[in-house]
Amino acid sequence: MSTRVYVPRDSAALSVGAEGVARAIASEASSRGIDIKLIRNGSRGMFWLEPLVEVETPEGRIAYGPVSRESVTGLFDAGFLEGKPHALGLGPTEEIPYLKQQERLTFARCGIVDPLSLDDYIAHGGYRGLQKALALQPQAIVDEVQKSGLRGRGGAGFPTGIKWNTVLYAKADQKYVCCNADEGDSGTYADRMIMEGDPFVLIEGMTIAALAVGATQGYIYSRSEYPHAFRAMQRAIAIAYERGYLGANVAGSGKRFDLEVRLGAGAYICGEETSMLESLEGRRGQIRPKPPLPAIEGLFGKPTVVNNLITLASVPIILDKGADYYRDFGMGKSRGTLTIQLAGNIKHGGLVEKAFGITLHDAIYGFGGGTASGRPLRAVQVGGPLGAYFPESFLDTPLDYEAFAARKGMLGHGGIVVFDDTVDLAKQARFAMEFCAIESCGKCTPCRIGSTRGVEVIERIIANENRARNLELLDDLCELMTDGSLCALGGLIPLPVQSAVRHFPEDFSKPASVSPAQAGVLKSRETHPWH
Amino acid sequence: MQAWDEDRAKARIRELERLPGALIPILHALQEEFGYIHSDATPLIADALNLSRAEVHGVISFYHDFRHSPPGRHVLRICRAESCQAMGCDALIDHVENRAGVKLGETTPDGSLTVEQVFCLGNCALSPAVMMDGEPYGRVSPGVADFLVDSARRAQ
Repeated sequence: MSTRVYVPRDSAALSVGAEGVARAIASEASSRGIDIKLIRNGSRGMFWLEPLVEVETPEGRIAYGPVSRESVTGLFDAGFLEGKPHALGLGPTEEIPYLKQQERLTFARCGIVDPLSLDDYIAHGGYRGLQKALALQPQAIVDEVQKSGLRGRGGAGFPTGIKWNTVLYAKADQKYVCCNADEGDSGTYADRMIMEGDPFVLIEGMTIAALAVGATQGYIYSRSEYPHAFRAMQRAIAIAYERGYLGANVAGSGKRFDLEVRLGAGAYICGEETSMLESLEGRRGQIRPKPPLPAIEGLFGKPTVVNNLITLASVPIILDKGADYYRDFGMGKSRGTLTIQLAGNIKHGGLVEKAFGITLHDAIYGFGGGTASGRPLRAVQVGGPLGAYFPESFLDTPLDYEAFAARKGMLGHGGIVVFDDTVDLAKQARFAMEFCAIESCGKCTPCRIGSTRGVEVIERIIANENRARNLELLDDLCELMTDGSLCALGGLIPLPVQSAVRHFPEDFSKPASVSPAQAGVLKSRETHPWH
Repeated sequence: MQAWDEDRAKARIRELERLPGALIPILHALQEEFGYIHSDATPLIADALNLSRAEVHGVISFYHDFRHSPPGRHVLRICRAESCQAMGCDALIDHVENRAGVKLGETTPDGSLTVEQVFCLGNCALSPAVMMDGEPYGRVSPGVADFLVDSARRAQ
């Protein structure tokens, strides 16, 4: 039998040369007359080791990384196909501490299976959740998800079972399941990894959601910035149709579920659920005031389940192993696992799936190994561009929805962006407002106008114009945006701004450092939100 | 990418017009075909979807992706979001702007390269990140950026 060699096709792995490595391995094997089976898997999520090449041996999978095209000949010479030692050798993949110390439930298969092999998916426990769901009444599926304690992983943390229950009891001729895969938060890439590394788990999760609420049509709303994920998802859906796991007769049950993946068009706001629905309907991605909730009047005015990708991808294991199994992970009201994504200035950036409750410190130092630059850590932003900047003294915060809220922060989608001591928090605060101005949908005034005024006020503070009064004005503006905005964009952008002022006041009291020339550079980067 | 062709545009619109919420898929298809949304496309789409021209124009102008004029033969998108900021994307952007001789959002005079900003490519563990013609690059050093800019300008 030919040796199986795994080279990821995950975008991040491709971004550091995985395609060239895959080609070099194939051509080296063929010139040596060795028969190998090259499998393009997803990523294990240890990105500093990408391209991470694995070889299947009788002792399990052996890892080598980061592999470059140039090191391929040496790997063959050293006998890597038998798992023999090499300078890039990392030993058995499962024994690498970064992986071994995780609790991979949602990501159980990511990086292990061939993402586009349904047989591989099934061989690794796929579709067991659906089989169980097919034997249950819709209410029993909803109850199981509710009992598991699963909360929305997009950021809001709303209990998934309650949302599903609302859709289940809404009466309509048509219902929908929509997956929000518009993963726009900087520092996050978990959705992308699943779409590229284990797309069938999302298809299975959405199918179970559809059975639970009585929906027959689903949409995945992904991003144009993720072209590889989009293509992987399209292929996986086509395969699921061919094999009878989508369409008129899902897995021989007589139940219908159709699924389609759609592309966004570069608007951050479409990660907000009502904007996403507008966009899916073919309109400007402007948010809808709530109520009505999408669960009652969602896509095309029909009851709709809108869940984040990671939420839906966590459903199969809950149905397969039971609500209790999932609920036993975690702390307080945050049950199950969190997919932590280490990003920014971090030595060992990657995906860490852990039960809720580990501290920021353990995530950043225990897993992440500290900053990439080797300089002292000064700030972390958790939860994307709308998340607070925390100082080093807050690293004891456990990763838990309530613990973050208590410190005026937000866990969001689990992205942790690390900054070293070269960061200027006044500049970061200004950027937050600039980002909001660029991405505001324009529906409500506090966000549309407030963000532009916010940029101006922070520029005056940086330029040391009337600093005390402008800081007071900024605070007032933030309060108004928090209370008066229709959605989370305008409503939460004060979090990074005010946390920067609160925890890093020294950055707002420096002598005016921005020269007119630098100010010109800043201004030239601004894109008018309405083109 | 081919030059604007009304018959081809109509054919692409016809392929997709029956989809629920067809407008965004149609706009993506036209941009894929021609590299931008030609102004003559607006009435064609409005007609096919029974919308006003204003509604179609409103959607085109809302989304950052849709262009109003043809881009360069190659498009380099540089991430400007927080994770890449933490790894020096501002300096990288300055470097690329100098090398290419254009600012973000502009196309080189020879039409070979458009440089754009983007907010997050989902490659945040390998910041700073860029995307060239849909292909991702991570941990981008000035040297890698030079290579990308230069190869775009050489290629026809």
